[in-house]
Formats: sequence, structure tokens, C-alpha cells
Amino acid sequence: MTDSKMKSAQSRRTFLKTATGAATLAATTLHAPYIMAQPSKVRVGFLLPYTGTYAKLGQAITGAFKLHVDEHGGRLGGRTIEYVQVDSEAKPAKATDNTNRLVNLEKVDVIVGPVHSGVAVAMVRVTRESGTLTIDPNAGAGVVTGALCAPNVFRTSFSNWQPSYPMGKVLADRGMKKAVTLTWKYAAGQEAIGGFVQNFTAHGGSIVKDLWVPFPKVEFQSLLTEIASIKPDAVFVFFAGGGAVKFVKDYAAAGLHNSVPLFGSGFLTDGTLKAQGDAAQGLETTLHYGDGLILPKNLAFREAYLKAAGREADVYAVQGYDAAQLLRIGLEAANGDVKAKKRMIESMGSAEIDSPRGKFTLSKAHNPVQDIYLRKVVGMENKVQGVAHKALADPATGCKMA
Amino acid sequence: MDFPTFLIQLLNGVQYGLLLFLIASGLTLIFGIMGVINLAHGSFYMVGAYLAFSLTELIGNFWLALPAGIALAVLLGIALEWLLIRHLYRRDHLYQVLLTYGLILVFEELRSILFGDDVHGIAVPALLNFSIPLTDTLSYPVYRLAMSGVCLLLAAGMYWLIARTRLGMTIRAGAVNREMVQALGINVGLLYRLVFALGVALAAFAGMLAAPVASVYPGMGNQVLIISFVVIVIGGIGSVKGALVAALLIGLADVFGQVVFPQIAGMTVYLVMAAVLLWRPRGLFGSA
Repeated sequence: MTDSKMKSAQSRRTFLKTATGAATLAATTLHAPYIMAQPSKVRVGFLLPYTGTYAKLGQAITGAFKLHVDEHGGRLGGRTIEYVQVDSEAKPAKATDNTNRLVNLEKVDVIVGPVHSGVAVAMVRVTRESGTLTIDPNAGAGVVTGALCAPNVFRTSFSNWQPSYPMGKVLADRGMKKAVTLTWKYAAGQEAIGGFVQNFTAHGGSIVKDLWVPFPKVEFQSLLTEIASIKPDAVFVFFAGGGAVKFVKDYAAAGLHNSVPLFGSGFLTDGTLKAQGDAAQGLETTLHYGDGLILPKNLAFREAYLKAAGREADVYAVQGYDAAQLLRIGLEAANGDVKAKKRMIESMGSAEIDSPRGKFTLSKAHNPVQDIYLRKVVGMENKVQGVAHKALADPATGCKMA
Repeated sequence: MDFPTFLIQLLNGVQYGLLLFLIASGLTLIFGIMGVINLAHGSFYMVGAYLAFSLTELIGNFWLALPAGIALAVLLGIALEWLLIRHLYRRDHLYQVLLTYGLILVFEELRSILFGDDVHGIAVPALLNFSIPLTDTLSYPVYRLAMSGVCLLLAAGMYWLIARTRLGMTIRAGAVNREMVQALGINVGLLYRLVFALGVALAAFAGMLAAPVASVYPGMGNQVLIISFVVIVIGGIGSVKGALVAALLIGLADVFGQVVFPQIAGMTVYLVMAAVLLWRPRGLFGSA
């Protein structure tokens, strides 16, 4: 190394030292007033869809979350709650940016969201690194409380596997042996069908054909013809929203409802009964909630929600309400100190939540351990017939905390 | 698959194909004749479905709601062409894509404001609300068969309009050489406005007709948009005959793909498109 080169290397090192020193100084001096000026409010960031197909779900969750906070005078654990809303648009491609915006720019203390499983996966990848407290009030992607589980990530809804798993045994117990499954070919559908198949085959049933429709296509006629030619003992499907309405109507119009009984996870008949009309009558589904559930907590919640939101509560509202309950439990345990994350997480993880769906606890992977109900469509209501599976826990495949 | 099942699946394919033709025919007119890439086509389909829903509630009769809805759709088409589309004929396709994509967002938001984000259903008109038993387990809804009949009538009507009438002749001439037709004293601006309104009305009519079986829900228009483009690209841009053949081809490919290869059901349609385009890059009936 020549003399001049050594000199330049040295001076570069000196420069770096000075620069780092200056930066540290700047950071500490700048940081101090920031801490003092920190708002005394707890910032809750909603990452939910407010436009598009899932807008109604986003509104239900937001409305019910705020309802619980308002029931406590706008304060949880003594701290006033303020909200930041980011429209997730239910677009996985924008999820990372949107989450980063809430974490880094808006500096929220808690993220509540999302609805869409694809958004959830991207969101959790960000928050498990940043350590931001995260409550998932809907998205059922298995990995959120599976391979991607983290101490700061909670879920108050379900895993996709959960609501359909109990139906497998229900049908097997009725002596049904051959079933056809049908769903959209996307992650949520595959996980939901997987739960049913696992339990159905474990109890002696067999799947004679698994049919798929590309998401979000709603042309089912050829599949109905196929089902009619197979004549299985039962058909189990996973559909939601517009697809659920169309499928149930087509199934009845094809006359299949008289010969091959149709079953599904509860999303098949939730929030869709009016549009489905007569075609849905008598359909049996399994879900962690039923609007006709007779529990004092549920009746009170439904009344309060109807008054606040001007519309009947649905399962999404229940999940949003419980997200707020979970946050309240955490903040109360930490006396309102959001920075005492360890205490918050501990108390939230061991909480028993008095939900409108009935009391539930959280698994080690932070997914609800909850009763799954068998429901039947009677009129405009999903009437609860009984508990299909008591305190069902998701297997949390791949979660290191479980 | 036994023979009766095969026949029923054939029927399913033809029936789905005819519906696709109905949806795509308006796009073929607007894209093929006017050269406007209209991404909002799906939105017009949605507008039709919501018109059927609200007018049926308002009037109380689906059959009266249909002509009222078509009239409103024509007016919408005329207004949009006059307000927005006519400024784009001489511009690059990119501007058209931008504007019509914007229209998708506007229509979705309007829908959300006016109707909310619920799923709505329309009862199948009582006259056609029954099914014909085909096998001991399966029956076929008559409304679907009636839809196919209407689609066939419409296909014949469009062929007649474009190939056999004076208006059709000027439309075709306008597509080939706009300036020359104008020089001959024909009001091309008015002609284009008519074609656009016709395209909008066709899309809306498809939406209205499909509403009782498809139900009415947010985002329904975006679902038909891509498949419509597939149909007109396979058929050859601007060819009504091509659109009909392509729609039937896609309908059959989709139906049999879904049953025979359920694991790749989403791809069969695009595989067919790729094969056709390799064989005939301008589509089945595309002009060179």
C-alpha cells in the first residue's frame, strides 16, 4: 500500500468516526424531546378493506371495535384510544407498503387487520420483525398462527382449517361414506377443505372427487352435472359472499338439494341469506358463531351493535369486537403502558375472552381455542343446533411457540 | 363420464358459451369498430345487473324492468361517449386504457355509495322459475335455456344489423376509413356515439339477464372483463362471427377442462387461447 493510499484510508476512517459520533449525538438530542412529546393516546391502526368486495367486512370490524372502546368511555386501561385507518383494498401486493406505513410513518402501537389472508401473510412478515402488537380480526391463513407465528401476533377469528374440521365427524357420524368437495382454488379454500377431509377420512369417510373452481369464478353448472353423475352421500363446499349466493342458488335450481345434501363451513350462509332466499333453507354449516346464538353476551352485543351501526351484527363484527376486548385486557394488565409489551403479551395470551360467540381462550400460537357450532338455516337466521366440536384448537403446524 | 352426462356437459358448455358471447359482443363492437380499448366493459355489465335489481324492486316486474334498464343503459352510453370517449379516438390506446380504468373505479365507488357492499339477489321470473328433470338427480333450470335462446336471437340480430343493413354498412365503412366516410357526408361522430351506446346497452343487457342466476354483488364486473377480452382476441378483433365461435369454444373448453382436469381448471381457457393464437395470430376470423 502506498503512502497516499494509506493516508486516504485513514482519513476515511476518521471521517466515519466523526460522522457516526455526530449522528449519535443528533439522534440522542433529537430523540429526547420526541419521547417527552409522545402523545398519551394509544394509537390503533386499522389495516382493513374499506373499498372493494370486502368493504362490508372492514366496516363491520371497525364499527364493532370502536363499539367496545366506546362502551369503556373511549379509554382502555386508562388510555384514550385514537385510530388511524388504512385501506388495505384487500390487495396482497400493497400489504407490505401499507403495513410499513402504519408501523414506521404513523407509528401506531397496535395494528388491527386484515380481512384477506394474502394481506395477512405480508403484514405479519413486517410486524413480527418490527415487534408491533398485531391483532388479526378475520384473515384465516393458517401460517399467521402457524409457521409465521410470533409472540406479538394474535388472532381473534379462526384459522381456515378450524370451522370446517368438525363437519367431517358430523357427516361421518350420520353414516355418510362418500363425499365430494368443491371450492375456489386459493389458499383459504384449500385449507378449509383440508380440515374437513382430515376429519372425515379419519372417521371412515372417503372423498370420491375433489373439484376446484378458479377464484373468483362463479360458473358452476358443469360441476353440478359432475356431482349429479357421481351421486355422493354428501357435498362439502367452501364459498363466501357472491360466490356463496350463486352456488347455493344454482345447487337448488339444478334440483340437487333434494337428492344430494349440501354442507359447508358457515361462510356459505353468513350475510348472504337474504340474497339466497329459499335456496338456502335447511342448509347445515359449521362455524364459531351463529347469529341466532342464545347467550346473554350475544344478545346484548347484537342489540348494542344494531343501535350503533344501524345494521345486524355478523361474525365479522364479533371478531372485531373481540379484537378490542383482547387489547383492553392487555392494556389493563400493563396499566395502560403500551411499552410494557411483555406484560401485555403475557396477559393477552392467557386471557379468557367473554365473546358474543361464547367464552374462548387462546392457544400457545395465539389462535382462539373455541367451540364450533353446527347451524341450520331457518328463515333468515343461522339457528345454532348444538356444538359440533368443543374447544377446538388449530394444530398450529410449524409454529415454534406451540 | 357416461354418455348422458357427456351430453349434459355439452349443453352446459354451449349455454355458458352463449352467455359469454352476449357479454363479449358489446366489447367486440366498441373495440373492433371504434378501436377503443374499453376496460369499463365489465362495469357496464355490473351497471346492468344493478339496474335489473333496483328497477325490479321499483317496478315490481322483471319483464318491465328489462326495457327500462336498456333505455337507461343507452342513455348512459350516449352521455359517456359525448362527455369522455369521443375525445380519445385520435389518441394513443394508453389514454383509453387510463380513462376507462378510471371509469371502473368511479362505477365501483358509485355502486358502493348507492347500493352498499351487500350481495343482492333477484328472484328468477315466475314464468321461467322451474326446472326440467334430465336424470334422476339432475334437472336443468329453464331460465338458463331461455337465456341461451335470447343470446342466439341477439347473435342473429347483430349479424343482420352489421351485414345486411345500411347502418351496418356505414358502421363497417367507418371502421375501415373514418375520414373517407366523413367526406362522403356521413356524420361519423353520431355513428360512433350510436355504436358506443349499443355496446354499453349490450353489456348492460347481459348483466340484467344474468342477474337472476348470477346474483348481484360488488366486483362482479371485473370477473367478466378478462374472459370477454379472451373471447374477442380468439375470435379476431371486430368480428361478431368470430366472437360467437370463440365464445362457444371457450365455453366448451372451460366446462370440460373443469371436469376432466380439475387441478388446472383455471388454465384451460388460456391454453386454448395460446394454441389458437399460435395457429392464427390474428384470431380465428381476424382480418389481416
